[in-house]
Amino acid sequence: MNARLLATSASLAIFVGATAAKAEDLTLCWAAWDPANALIELSKEYEAESGNKMTYEFVPWTNFADRMLNELNSGGKLCDLMIGDSQWIGGAAENGQYVKLNDFFDANGISMDAFIPATVTGYSEWPKNTPNYWSLPAFGDVVGWTYRKDWFARPEIQAEFKEKFGRDLGVPATYAELMDIATFFDEREIDGKTVYGASIYTERGSEGITMGAMNTLYGFGFKYDNPEKPYEMEGFVNSEGSVAGLEFYKALYDCCTPPGSSNSYMGEGVDAFKSGQVALQMNFAFTWPGFHTDANVGGDVTGYFPNPAGPNGDKFAQLGGQGISVVAASDKQDAALTYIKWFAQPDVQAKWWSLGGYSALRAVVEDPGFATSQPYAQTFLDSMAIVKDFWAEPAYATLLQASQQRFHDYVVAGNGTAKEALDGLVADWTETFEEEGKY
Amino acid sequence: MMSDPVVHRVAAATPPRLAHRIRGLSDRTIAWLFVAPTIFLLLAVNIFPLIWTIRLSLTNFRTNRPNNEVEFVGIENYRRILTDEDTWTSLQATAHFLIWTILLQVLIGFALAYLINKKFRGNDLWTTLIVLPMMLSPAVVGNFWTFLYQPQIGLFNYFVQFLTGADPASFSMIGEVRLAPWSIVIVDTWMWTPFVMLICLAGLRSIPASLYEAAECDRASKWRQFWTITIPMALPFLMLAVLFRGIENFKMFDLVVQLTGGGPGSTTLLTSIDLKREAFEKWRTGYASAYAVILFVTVFGLASIYVKALNKVKDR
Repeated sequence: MNARLLATSASLAIFVGATAAKAEDLTLCWAAWDPANALIELSKEYEAESGNKMTYEFVPWTNFADRMLNELNSGGKLCDLMIGDSQWIGGAAENGQYVKLNDFFDANGISMDAFIPATVTGYSEWPKNTPNYWSLPAFGDVVGWTYRKDWFARPEIQAEFKEKFGRDLGVPATYAELMDIATFFDEREIDGKTVYGASIYTERGSEGITMGAMNTLYGFGFKYDNPEKPYEMEGFVNSEGSVAGLEFYKALYDCCTPPGSSNSYMGEGVDAFKSGQVALQMNFAFTWPGFHTDANVGGDVTGYFPNPAGPNGDKFAQLGGQGISVVAASDKQDAALTYIKWFAQPDVQAKWWSLGGYSALRAVVEDPGFATSQPYAQTFLDSMAIVKDFWAEPAYATLLQASQQRFHDYVVAGNGTAKEALDGLVADWTETFEEEGKY
Repeated sequence: MMSDPVVHRVAAATPPRLAHRIRGLSDRTIAWLFVAPTIFLLLAVNIFPLIWTIRLSLTNFRTNRPNNEVEFVGIENYRRILTDEDTWTSLQATAHFLIWTILLQVLIGFALAYLINKKFRGNDLWTTLIVLPMMLSPAVVGNFWTFLYQPQIGLFNYFVQFLTGADPASFSMIGEVRLAPWSIVIVDTWMWTPFVMLICLAGLRSIPASLYEAAECDRASKWRQFWTITIPMALPFLMLAVLFRGIENFKMFDLVVQLTGGGPGSTTLLTSIDLKREAFEKWRTGYASAYAVILFVTVFGLASIYVKALNKVKDR
């Protein structure tokens, strides 16, 4: 009797132990935003298939970098999987905070060629343009524009615009045209309400104004450094084109944003557009599904377009989005890798898109039906084709804080000139790279 | 003392071996035993971090670069901070905030305390209502006031319109360089004047009524009573309030971050926000440690001088 009881207990213990070793409780860390809710829904399939339980740590965007970089830098074990910002990749790779995924990708037949090239470079590679992968592209995102299609379609507005500017009112092809449209709508009475030209990024605390101003800077000729001599920035960051780009951004802020727009980022932009305050709105593509289904601006009320061209025809857009990585400090790396393997599957990626997540898998976005699957899908594709990203160096946070201060000082506070702001930025960035031993 | 039954009960309840050991200890040892946990705690949470911060301030250490070699850089971090124009801009912003908030809070707080000290109907209710703002979280207050300052829907702008006729959408309290420093002063004053009022009220209520009665007998006017009795007697309390608010506002962070994020530009970039950005956004740990030491020495030095002055006033 005792022997039987002992054997039963031992079997039970082995079974329980085996089950415990198999089923893990994985924590995924990301920003608190709409796509995160879609990911919870999507991941239910993974939980059912793997037996692993997913828990989530979502932090609002304004505190996301602070909170998660603290976690990575302190070697915290809170997160097993991290959907971190693209600019973190350099620091996370060099400081051993992410697990390198090359061997895992090779062993599981996951090819980076299957993803949009810009997202692979932006989210996965460090050093850039080398086949060293630290994450799987998880969420493609890019800055673009929404506009009030219904206002643009009104005959009286169209006639007035044509009379004033000598051309039809439509999606702007250049920044000059965008400025015309913004000034045209600014402080106009529509349906008994005063509306404004455009909502743009001006947030000071985290990354907002940099993510906004870089779009016009790129379009006007800004380059991060000398293509022939890395980290040489004089004449590139503060080139004549860059100065003109920053001046344009300030002019847009001064002329056409709603009152009280001195600290606006994604959320404020969404509010301004949904409440019918602005004709144009700059924002990341992740906000577009929300507009499409909104009671006030949903359906045909809203149109979408990518960044227009600068004076020389250059068209670029600031890359957003993130890759998914396995945190090196995690004790559950094997289980975390099973999530990435599952997430990389084409049918999962297709479902990810259908739930509102911007898949970066080429099989999804190059599907013949993709461009017409949503009214913003074509704009997303067009925008992803022209992306540029901010520095992804390990010192990116220092570089970002410098641009935040210089841009906000000039654009919002109105201190100094654009040339002074960009000269100051060159000095700040040079000092940072000197500290990093780049010269 | 021996007659105290509690002492007898404690003595009786103490195990004999322990009692024997304690009897063998001197009073001084027993005193040390009592204060040792506190001293240990103080060393662990205050002194050790301070020494560690000073040590870090002499290096180029970065928390986010654990693999980098940490180099001793001497006083280079201190030199860079003190010669950096941005540091002085930030200190100027802090000084503006500090001076004006203290001035307004003392004036309004004392005036409110003076009024509340008079007996009238609803006195308790008014006191409770006045102290409500200081019971709220600074982060909540900051968030709440961003809506009040919103040019299109904010009540503050409509209130200004009511007073001056200015178009509410024509100015942005937190978005304009000339107004933003005042916007944070207004909110801090709204929130913390009740605190100063309570301290002043304690001071006013501690003044013996006999002094006023004697002054009445001498036919001193109310104005003279105010300047020769009320102010001198309440002065140590006022100075204490200034000390508390000065230290608090020198390290002001949450309220201002919520309101302006340090902007527009660097207009409201107080030293504490600047320090946080250096330490936890730029991850210049050594540099930020030196910055923290400089701020600590400044506050500690100023507070020490002030406390000496306060003691002199009390002893007068």
